[in-house]
Amino acid sequence: MSEYVPALISIAFHGLTLAMVLYLISVGLSVTMGLMGFVNLAHGAFAMAGGYVASTLLAHFGLPFAIAILLAVVVVTLVSVVLERLLYRRFYGGVELDQVLLTMGLIFISVGAATYIWGPLPQPMQIPRALQGGIDVLGRILPVYRLFLIICGAIIVTLLWLALERTRFGAQLRAAVDNLRMAETVGINTSRLFASAFALGSGLAALGGALGAEVFALTPGYALEHLVYFLIVVAVGGLGSIRGPFFAALMVGITDTALKYYVPELGAFFIYLLTMAILLRYPRGLMGT
Amino acid sequence: MTSETPTTSKPNTATRDVAATAAMDAFARTHRLSPLEALPWLAAVAAYFVFPDYLALGSQILATIIFALSVDLLIGYAGIVTLGHAALFGTGAYTAGLLAANGWGDPVSGLLIAALVSALVGCVSGALILRTHGLTLLMQTLVVAALLYEVANKAGYYTGGGDGLQGMEVWPVFGLYRFDMLGKVAYLYCLTVLCVCWLVMRIVVNSAFGRSLMGIRENVARMHAIGTPVERRKLMAYTLSAALAGISGALIAQTTGFVGLGVLSLERSGSILIMLIIGGVGQLYGAFIGVPLYMIAQDRFATIAPVFWYFWIGLFMVFLVLFARGGALGILHRFVRRKEGGA
Repeated sequence: MSEYVPALISIAFHGLTLAMVLYLISVGLSVTMGLMGFVNLAHGAFAMAGGYVASTLLAHFGLPFAIAILLAVVVVTLVSVVLERLLYRRFYGGVELDQVLLTMGLIFISVGAATYIWGPLPQPMQIPRALQGGIDVLGRILPVYRLFLIICGAIIVTLLWLALERTRFGAQLRAAVDNLRMAETVGINTSRLFASAFALGSGLAALGGALGAEVFALTPGYALEHLVYFLIVVAVGGLGSIRGPFFAALMVGITDTALKYYVPELGAFFIYLLTMAILLRYPRGLMGT
Repeated sequence: MTSETPTTSKPNTATRDVAATAAMDAFARTHRLSPLEALPWLAAVAAYFVFPDYLALGSQILATIIFALSVDLLIGYAGIVTLGHAALFGTGAYTAGLLAANGWGDPVSGLLIAALVSALVGCVSGALILRTHGLTLLMQTLVVAALLYEVANKAGYYTGGGDGLQGMEVWPVFGLYRFDMLGKVAYLYCLTVLCVCWLVMRIVVNSAFGRSLMGIRENVARMHAIGTPVERRKLMAYTLSAALAGISGALIAQTTGFVGLGVLSLERSGSILIMLIIGGVGQLYGAFIGVPLYMIAQDRFATIAPVFWYFWIGLFMVFLVLFARGGALGILHRFVRRKEGGA
């Protein structure tokens, strides 16, 4: 019995880290898909951009860790707003094929641009000394940085959920997800709401990409490689839901870690199978509207 | 709907006859072969003589056109957007590859077996996932492809995993024509198979079945109302498209003598969409324009600057979606219509 405990702690710990990063990156995608009816396949590119910008600020400009991450989030958020106003907005609620092609094109642009600027090799992320090393938890050495990641994630999730419940923006967002036309009828400026929701989602993705550079390595193919995982979290969680993707991310994170620990020969096979089964039973996701 | 309810004033029988004849003519016209339709084949034969050094690329293009046709059947005709058609392409490629690597190198029967296996996989996965719609369906197609990718990746003992399938031995076509170093036999083999697949596609999309697919694309509720077995039609289209994709994958496996994990990748599913869009969706000939354009450009640019290839093709896609929906054929149609209007 006692020999299982360290393994279980390890799985829960690493699973939770993966879940936090997945959730931070994917929650914005859920909003874009559920609220705007837009399949943003290029969402992962924002996460990648966040990671690359933060790592460059750390390595080349020697900025403190927190400031570098914050700056990266701000930069990516601004870029995302420009893209939203120029490109995305035209395709809201439009033909799926157009959305797929547009965002596929954006993915390819991100792959090309990242290879050109940062090269094809994985970009290392400099972690501050205080967050390096490990601590002993019940006979397992756990990396401090991942603990920091889980705490950060928990704080952000709590803030996000509080904001959704307590602020005017949150109320507008919930109203628009529930019934877009009704929300417009009562005078909510949905165009502005879409832009802010999109910016928030991209910002969170950039944060997830920057903080989670250790979980999802920064390579030019980032947006394409991890796309299936981001989409799984959103589809299983339920389009338009803010909480659903959290539970989906927990499920994916912990199942994936456990399986890779116990049956590595299966790889991600089981996750895909599980996703298929859940989507067949609940086509709108576990917490879809 | 109101136009179909009988009006009080009796319709003039003469105008009705004219309308009926016009409709019959239009219907017959789509069946009749137009001289323009010979163009792709003339180009393909001319390419054989004019570019003898590029026959390997040529056979890849011909085989990929079949893949684009199979995607066109789904997206352009049945209105099913798929992001995972590489699943069926890859199934065909691995089937043909595994056959040839394990002592059955006959290309033609290998091709047929690959088509059957892909059709089976398409039929089973289609029966499961086609019940969903929109984003969920898109996800499901993606997940099926990811699932098969993972299977091929982890079953390394059989498939070679990430290293790819080695040791394929493909026998001569019909026991007569050995695949040569210049790729002459491969090119003609691919051209023949493409011709057969194109004929099948042409007959299918112009048949009553093909029309019902377009009806489903345009208005599902209406098709349900007039009694079309929508789910069954969609599944039939999916299965047929799977068989075509399998043939395409098998052709590429047989003519290159290698199968890698790339045949099942998301990149493959995505790039075939791009090729089809460049040519034009739902017009049967989009594949014949988009695939050569994309693959020749890729061959030229990707060898000079592979980094820029992704960047420019991405940028090109964005512009295409913004300004040139309908692809090359769409632009051509618009041009022809303007000329006719001006005359």
